[in-house]
Amino acid sequence: MLSRQKEMKKYLAVTRHKLDNESVETNTSESQNEVEKKIEKLFELFCSKAKCDPEVPIFYKQNHINYIKNHMFTLPENYECLDSSRPWLCYWLCQSLALLNCKLSVSEKSNVVSFLSKCQHETGGFCGGPNQMPHLAPTYAAVCALCLIGTEEAYAVINRENLYKFLISLRLPNGSFRMHKYGECDVRAVYCSATVARLTNIYTDSLFKSSAQWVIRCQTYEGGFGGVPGVEAHGGYTFCGFSALLLLKSIHMCDTKSLLRWVANKQMSFEGGFQGRTNKLVDGCYSFWQAAIFPIISELLESETQRPMWSMYDYQALQEYVLICCQNRYSGGLIDKPGKPPDVYHTCYVLSGLSIAQHAVDDSSCVIGKPENILNKNNPIYNIEESCLQKALQYFSMTEPISYF
Amino acid sequence: MESLIKHYNSLKQIIFGIFKRTVGQFILYKVSGAVFNMVDQNQEHKSDSPDLYDSADNFNYVLYRDRPEWKDVQPIAQDDGPARVVQIAYSTKFSDVYDYFRAVLKSGEKSLRALSLVTDAITLNPANYTVWIYRLEIVKHLKVDLNNELEYISNVIREFTKNYQVWQYRKTIVEMLNDPSGELEFTADILDMDSKNYHAWQYRQWVLTTFSELMQYELNFVDNLISQDMRNNSAWNQRYFVINNSDPDSDVINKELEYTFGKIRILSKNESAWNYLRGLLLYSENGVLEDKVRDFCSNLYNKGNRSVHLMSCLIDLTDADESTDPENVEKIKFALKLCFDLASDYDPIRRYYWAYISKDIELKFNFKEHDTKILLLHTMSSSALEKIPDVGIDDKGRYKYILIKVTDQNDSSNQSKYVVRGGQRFDFHGN
Repeated sequence: MLSRQKEMKKYLAVTRHKLDNESVETNTSESQNEVEKKIEKLFELFCSKAKCDPEVPIFYKQNHINYIKNHMFTLPENYECLDSSRPWLCYWLCQSLALLNCKLSVSEKSNVVSFLSKCQHETGGFCGGPNQMPHLAPTYAAVCALCLIGTEEAYAVINRENLYKFLISLRLPNGSFRMHKYGECDVRAVYCSATVARLTNIYTDSLFKSSAQWVIRCQTYEGGFGGVPGVEAHGGYTFCGFSALLLLKSIHMCDTKSLLRWVANKQMSFEGGFQGRTNKLVDGCYSFWQAAIFPIISELLESETQRPMWSMYDYQALQEYVLICCQNRYSGGLIDKPGKPPDVYHTCYVLSGLSIAQHAVDDSSCVIGKPENILNKNNPIYNIEESCLQKALQYFSMTEPISYF
Repeated sequence: MESLIKHYNSLKQIIFGIFKRTVGQFILYKVSGAVFNMVDQNQEHKSDSPDLYDSADNFNYVLYRDRPEWKDVQPIAQDDGPARVVQIAYSTKFSDVYDYFRAVLKSGEKSLRALSLVTDAITLNPANYTVWIYRLEIVKHLKVDLNNELEYISNVIREFTKNYQVWQYRKTIVEMLNDPSGELEFTADILDMDSKNYHAWQYRQWVLTTFSELMQYELNFVDNLISQDMRNNSAWNQRYFVINNSDPDSDVINKELEYTFGKIRILSKNESAWNYLRGLLLYSENGVLEDKVRDFCSNLYNKGNRSVHLMSCLIDLTDADESTDPENVEKIKFALKLCFDLASDYDPIRRYYWAYISKDIELKFNFKEHDTKILLLHTMSSSALEKIPDVGIDDKGRYKYILIKVTDQNDSSNQSKYVVRGGQRFDFHGN
């Protein structure tokens, strides 16, 4: 019989290394050890199954579809804390379904569209729910959700002229944006503004004058981006900052080399998933926020150097983390890390990251488990399923230019 | 006059009220009117921590729709439209409070009872930014004592430490007060609960930048946190923030370099300290700092240390060195060997990254012939993976190592593994 370690070596994509605490235990290393222990058990269980079942790891696709559909219409009381994020709920669910190649019926689509139209504010932008005030985050979520639904009716909901006015109203003189009236200003706001402006074809240079200069100040000495200049590099903000620079056509300002080093080091040596910050714990949602950086970096380097590039992270180990550690096979839905309950946020971002990892190689030969595990291709800049995104971009490129003020 | 005092007292109590079990009810009912003035004075405080749910969770809580003093207000139900989409199964309490909140928001009423209502709405969902916007408008309109408001927000933050709205609200209040005297202590308290709380750190940096006279104490604070947990990256980042804002001269940077060397000697595998070290190198002029770091790293390496961050740092130092003297050839060879060792042994999860770095160095220095090439193949057909030995290296001749991923295509399990090969037959592999 093979030793445990040998088995792990045989059935997992790559040799795993645990944290070496160098005989100095701190809070950080203690919590890391706990996570590694849980994950090691799951890896061992997986290896013992892999010996006799060539189909593992199984992707519980249908369970996840059921989970998403269950949450599409009604959510339990513990979702009250997301009462100001209801367009997000729509977006998370629509994106998950699109990646799973699961279509909504005509009436279901129409229902989502009619609800999102109720969330649009009369002065522009979308609100966290009907009768609330407009906010950039639900605006991003609503626009993306409408693009994912992809019907004429859905696109037509967006009042582009008012949306432009809303964006202008949040712009600060230094090029940064607030999330809402009196609201916080951080790199999410630039990303959300730039995304919806590009998607709906209302982008102007004046709207984003010196925004890139502000965003680049958020890149820290570590290489990732923080929420505002000075704060710690973080996976979510790094995605926003880096993608915003792309959308602002200013990617040349980014120190790509240090970003690549930082993000490559956020993949956990044992778990295979990503952490959000240096010396923090793995979390399934960073399977998207961090991994989405890689295809963009590879593409950038390819055009810079004129030679073929490959994916510079372990996309198979990432898939193994998702499939072995992040699925709730009973209720469906995906999770942060073993021991956590599923929720619609993690379901969306774990699936979004899984799709990125499965498409890391062009011929999709790198899908872990059965070939049918493959999800639809995701766009790493917008985080919208690729075919829906292309259709939406095509639609809005044909729209009339709005009159600017 | 009497009514004014009453007014002030009840206002003050609304603000503090909800945090103390007995007082909380008292206030609520006082504002609500005499009928509801039933306070269970015997109820004990279970802990010192404020319980924000008090006012809304208590058994004798009265719904707004049953309160006579709200009779004049027509509640507005949420209008989701005809479709049932992402509908949350609100508790009765939640719907009730928000039905009245929508009514107040629409009428624009900025009164004491509206403030009380807003407080309840926040308790039920502190992430509702609309409620916070409206609270601020009421507070400004009623000219509420901002110190009370600061205490209120302190209590809310202690309960909901990771929420954008609460920290933004605090920022607004402190800006209006123009008094940061309690802010470092407050954020220190929150960081004491979770020393990596991102919101708290971001807020703390805002305080330090806005009220720059406070910056002088910050390095001590950071020192303390780093000594508690050397792996606390937020603390390292804060250290960089402090140094970076002090417009440091070379003495300061050298001191920081020594500090970091000291920490790395204790924990050589701590990425936070290594990243900080790289951050210090951004201050380098004419390669002076690089020489120091290189000596430090070589020394560690020669003692047998194989921390991946140490090896990575050595590679980057070579990569950054633009000099083309012949001595460099050995350095480049060494860097390429490090990449190979990392990809195959010490840091295999990043083998694709190391393959890229290795390739980059090869091209940059036009160094095509060497013994430690990393070659990554995605697939390779074979009958059985296990028949392929993990390592196969010729013991004679000049050759390259290659790292190969092999996958058995005939095997539906899609198993694969990495193998290393070195031999003269690989000499002319064109890649």
